[in-house]
Amino acid sequence: MYSEKVFEHFQNPRNVGELESPDGTGQVGNPVCGDMMKITIKVEDGKVADIRFKTLGCAAAIATSSITTEMAKGRPLEEAIKITRQKVAEELGGLPPHKLHCSNLAAEALHEAIKDYFRKKGEWPDWLPKDKAHEAEEHEHGEKKA
Amino acid sequence: MLKGVIYLDHAATTPVHPLVRREMSLWFTDSYGNPSSMYSVGVEAKSAIEAARKQVAALIGAAPEEIYFTSGGTESDNWALRGIAYASEKKGKHIIISSIEHHAVLDTAEWLGRHGFEITRLPVDGTGLVDPDDVRKALRPDTILVSIMHANNEVGTIEPIPEIGRILRERGVPFHVDAVQTVGNYPLSVNELGCDLLSVSAHKLYGPKGIGALYIRKGIRIDKYMTGGGQESNKRAGTYNVPGIVGLGKACEIALEEMPAHIEPIRKLREKLREGIFSRIADVRLNGHPERRLPNNLSVCVQGIEGESMLLCLDMNRVCVSSGSACTTGSLEPSHVLIAMGLPPEVAHGSLRFTLGRDNTEEQINYVLEVFPTIVKRLRDMSPTYRK
Repeated sequence: MYSEKVFEHFQNPRNVGELESPDGTGQVGNPVCGDMMKITIKVEDGKVADIRFKTLGCAAAIATSSITTEMAKGRPLEEAIKITRQKVAEELGGLPPHKLHCSNLAAEALHEAIKDYFRKKGEWPDWLPKDKAHEAEEHEHGEKKA
Repeated sequence: MLKGVIYLDHAATTPVHPLVRREMSLWFTDSYGNPSSMYSVGVEAKSAIEAARKQVAALIGAAPEEIYFTSGGTESDNWALRGIAYASEKKGKHIIISSIEHHAVLDTAEWLGRHGFEITRLPVDGTGLVDPDDVRKALRPDTILVSIMHANNEVGTIEPIPEIGRILRERGVPFHVDAVQTVGNYPLSVNELGCDLLSVSAHKLYGPKGIGALYIRKGIRIDKYMTGGGQESNKRAGTYNVPGIVGLGKACEIALEEMPAHIEPIRKLREKLREGIFSRIADVRLNGHPERRLPNNLSVCVQGIEGESMLLCLDMNRVCVSSGSACTTGSLEPSHVLIAMGLPPEVAHGSLRFTLGRDNTEEQINYVLEVFPTIVKRLRDMSPTYRK
């Protein structure tokens, strides 16, 4: 059902936890739907200097959170925002069709953390997507907490 | 370390009993005749299936001619509902089921609902019990069938079938009972239950997969299910699955003899598991009825984490269990049983079911009690919703 890489990340998740006084926080999902993710980031020189996640959910949800933090760590924010659910799923060697929404959640939590960073800063760079309406449409879970 | 897997999912399926396997193997090799053939090899096979029919009948307190072989519990449920519905169409089109039936009943009723029949789904209380009074109130002059399961496969609650059976007997309404979880694991007789139809599956009682039976009380009018070669009194056509039928018969024979001796030890182990989990892990909820439940079933919801991740972590420790979380049902909805019992979805997602069997040992339960709390702690530490 799951690829070896999903199992590996589920068994040994990277960057678990919550950063103290983070520069950005992104929380998506909903316990009612059975999955919820919280990503916290520290930003230095425009890069994701540190990142942690906390996830409630299935193996796919935990593995996608873990690999998303790995993909984002050390990257400039402008690049990190380009991490999409397709890229997350690809990096894990694919996901079963009914688990694809998990990769969406992980990418979305990261994007929300980056947006939160700029929101707090009072800046909004050109490359940062302005609204999340297009994401909300794709997200089967409907309700979100940003 | 313990060898092999620790199998705690006997409600899903059971290992085939070695004596069942031995009995079956003869019918794959030496005696391959078609029971419908007239020569001796066929006659031999025919007498084997008739012997099996007696063994199944003996276990559930029925007459052999009231047993019809099917491909399993799902077919038995499908046949009972569709067969009665179409045989009674002129009398009425109303069918009553409970909201916690297995999907084999639930989805068949739903199908009938889309084909001109009217379905009433009775609620259950917080422990999964159907109220016999609700059955009485739901009855109408055009009610042609009531189908309520004997014990629920997810939470293990045993329904008040004899009480419901008495009500239906008085009103002359046919009563189907899905007893897939109880036959061979919990004593029952069709007359005590007061049912007219009862579904049996072999692989839940240490028999093979792909074979089951439907008990149909003498005098009940039911449409044939499969049309073809006229097998099973022209009610269920198809060449006999001789090894399967022999296996089902043998499994029933063993169950009749040995089940009473297995119930208490299994219940004791289940209690050990329950007490162990509740004393070692905080914020756990028991699902189903505290007393009126299958002796081998322990269903819990663990707060703050999700069922599939617990299941897979246990699997990595070679422990097999199941869950009713959305992620394991293959949809985004958690188990319909837990939701019908009034559990909020966020709680239902954390469900886990342990179902014990005759081969489980105390050593295995000790091992589970050793690894499970660590798994729960690890996942809770990772969860953004659990803070303690």
